[in-house]
Amino acid sequence: MRFHYDTSYLDSGRLLRYPSEKASYGILLLVMLALPWILPRFYVGEITYLCILAVASLGLMVLTGFTGLVSLGHAAFVAIGAYAHAWFMTKGIPFAGSIIMASAAAGMVGFAIGLPVIRVSGLYLAMVTLAFAVVIEHVIGRWSSVTGGHTGLPVLSPSILGYDLGGLVPFYYLCLGILVAVVLGLHNLLSDRTGRAFIGVRDSEAAAAGLGIWTAGYKVLAFVISASVTGLAGALMAHKMQYLTPEGFGLTLSLELVLMVVIGGLGSLRGAVLGAILIGLLPTAISKLKPLLPSFLSAQFGLESFLFGLILAVFVLFEPGGLNARWMKLKLLFQTFPLYRKDTYRRGRSYMKSERYR
Amino acid sequence: MGAELAQILQLAVNGAAIGSIYALVALGLVMTYKATEVLNFAHGDILMASAFIGWGLIAVAKLPFWVAVLVTIVIAAFAAYLLDAVILRIIVGQPQFAGVMLTIALAFMIRGLVAMTFGPASRSYPTPWEGQTTHIGPVVVSNLNLVIVAVALLVTALLFLFLKHTALGTAVQAASQNQLAAYLCGIRVKRLNSLVWAIAGAMAAVAGLLLAPIALVDIGLWFVVLKSLAALVLGGFGSMPGAILGGLTIGMVEQFAGVYLPDGFKDVVAYLVLIGVLILWPRGLLGEAHGRRV
Repeated sequence: MRFHYDTSYLDSGRLLRYPSEKASYGILLLVMLALPWILPRFYVGEITYLCILAVASLGLMVLTGFTGLVSLGHAAFVAIGAYAHAWFMTKGIPFAGSIIMASAAAGMVGFAIGLPVIRVSGLYLAMVTLAFAVVIEHVIGRWSSVTGGHTGLPVLSPSILGYDLGGLVPFYYLCLGILVAVVLGLHNLLSDRTGRAFIGVRDSEAAAAGLGIWTAGYKVLAFVISASVTGLAGALMAHKMQYLTPEGFGLTLSLELVLMVVIGGLGSLRGAVLGAILIGLLPTAISKLKPLLPSFLSAQFGLESFLFGLILAVFVLFEPGGLNARWMKLKLLFQTFPLYRKDTYRRGRSYMKSERYR
Repeated sequence: MGAELAQILQLAVNGAAIGSIYALVALGLVMTYKATEVLNFAHGDILMASAFIGWGLIAVAKLPFWVAVLVTIVIAAFAAYLLDAVILRIIVGQPQFAGVMLTIALAFMIRGLVAMTFGPASRSYPTPWEGQTTHIGPVVVSNLNLVIVAVALLVTALLFLFLKHTALGTAVQAASQNQLAAYLCGIRVKRLNSLVWAIAGAMAAVAGLLLAPIALVDIGLWFVVLKSLAALVLGGFGSMPGAILGGLTIGMVEQFAGVYLPDGFKDVVAYLVLIGVLILWPRGLLGEAHGRRV
C-alpha cells in the first residue's frame, strides 16, 4: 500500500511519480515499439485496430466517464471524422492537415449537438444521442455527392512529406503515436481545473454550480473534446477500413463504444484503453475459439452478440467499477499481500434513489 | 369526396395501425419505467423473440393460431417475470445508468440467443385475416390493420381497468409512486415489480405478434423500441395516456412523411421528432413538469 507523500507542490501534478511506475510504463512503451518485430503481421494489424478503438473509447470516456453525460450515439462522431477526413484528402489536403480538420469538424458538430442537448440529462440524453446517431447514419447514406452513399467512398493512403504511412508497420506507429498523444493530452486536461470541473458536474451538478463552476459551459466543452477525439479516431479508422460505407458506423459501433467505456470502468483513462482492448479482441477471440466449440454452437452468427451481452451483464452485475477497478484490486492484493481483505471493497447496502426528477 | 382526402384518410388509417403497435410498446416501456425506474432497452428484443416463438408455434409446431398466440404471451410474460426477479433485482438502488446498461446487455443476449436458435433468415406466418379487406367509405383497410387497432384498444382498456379498478392495480400504482411507503403499507413491492415486468412482457408479445405479419419475423424487429421511445418522449415521458397519444402520432407522422416529404424522411422522421421534442419541449404532450431536486 502506498500513500502519496508530497514534498513539493509540483509532486501531485507529475505524470509518473514512482520509479516502479516509470519502469513499468517504460517497459510497456518499449514492448509496444518493438511489437512489429515480435508479432506476426496479422496481429500487428489487430493491435493497430485496438489503438484506434482505444482513441475512440477515450473520447467517449471524457463525456460519459468524467462528465457523466451518457451518449449512445458516439459512432456518429466516428463517422463524421472518417468521412470528413476521406473527403478532405480527396480534395488534395495533405494528411496532417486533413486529420486535424476532420477532428475539428467532428468537434464542431459536437458543439452544435452539445449546445442544445445539454438541456436534457440522464436517460433523455441517452435517447437524444441515440436518435442523433441514427439520423446521421441515414444522412450519410443519402448524401451521396459527398459521402458516396451506400456505394461507399474509397480512402487515399496516408503520407507525410512524401513518406507513405499506408503500410502495416508505419500505420501502426502512426496510430500508436496518436494514442499516446491522446492519452497524455487527456490525462493532462483531466487532472487540471477542467477535469475537476467535469467530475464536479458528474457527481453533483447542483454542488458544482454552487461552487461557481459554469456547468453548462463545461458540459458543452466535454461534448466538444469528446467529439473531436472520437473524430480523430474516425479519421484513423477511415484508413484502417480503406473503404467507407454508412453500415460500418451503425448502432452496433455506438453500443460497442459504450460497452468499452462501461466494461473498462467509468472515470478512468486506463479503463477506456482496457475496455477497448477487451471489446476489440472479442471478435478475433471468438473466431479463434470457434473450431474448438461443438458445431451446433460454432456455426451460429449470434454467438458474438450473445457473448457481448453476457460480458457486459457480468460486469454491470458483479464489477460495476469495470476492468479498472479489478486492476486496482489486484494491485492492492499484491502490494499488501498477506494482509489483503476482501471487505475493503465490499459494497454497502444501498436503497432505491429516485432519479425521476433530475 | 376528392382523391386527395381519400389518400389522407387512407394514410391516417395505416398510421393508426402501425401507431397502435408503437403505443403498445411504449405502454410496456412506461409501465416498467414507472414501477422500477429502469428504461427497458430489452423490450424490443422480448417483442422480437416472441414473434419468433409465435412463428415457431404456428408454422413449425402447427398449433392453431389462437392457441399459439396464448402460449406465446404466457411464455413472454413468464420470461419477463424471471428477468426482473432474477437479474434486474441485483442492481436495485444503483444509478439509472446501470439499469440502461444491464437491459442493453440483456438485449444483446436475447438477440444472440434468437439468432443462434432460429438463424438469420426472415420468415412470415399465416394469420386468419390474410388478404382480407374492408371498405369504409372511400378507404380500403386490410382486416389485419383493423385487428391491430382493435387489439391495441382492448389491451389498453384492460390495462386501465386493471390499474384503476382492482386492488392489485392500485397496489402497482402505489408502489410506482413511493416504494418505501407502499412497502410499509404491506404491499409486496418486489413481487409487484416482477408482475409489472410480466405484464409488460405480455404486451410486448402481443405487439410482436401483431407487428410480425406486417413487417416479417426478423431480428430487426427490435428496432421498433427506438420508434416507441420517440412516441414516449413526444407523449410526455412517464405518462400512460401520453404514450398512447405519442404512439399514434408517430405512426401517422411516419405515414404522411413517406408521402409528402422527400424520399428518405420516412425512416428518420421519428428520430427527428424525438430530438426536436426533447430539446424544445422536454415535457411532451401530456407529461408532468420536470422539477430539479438537489
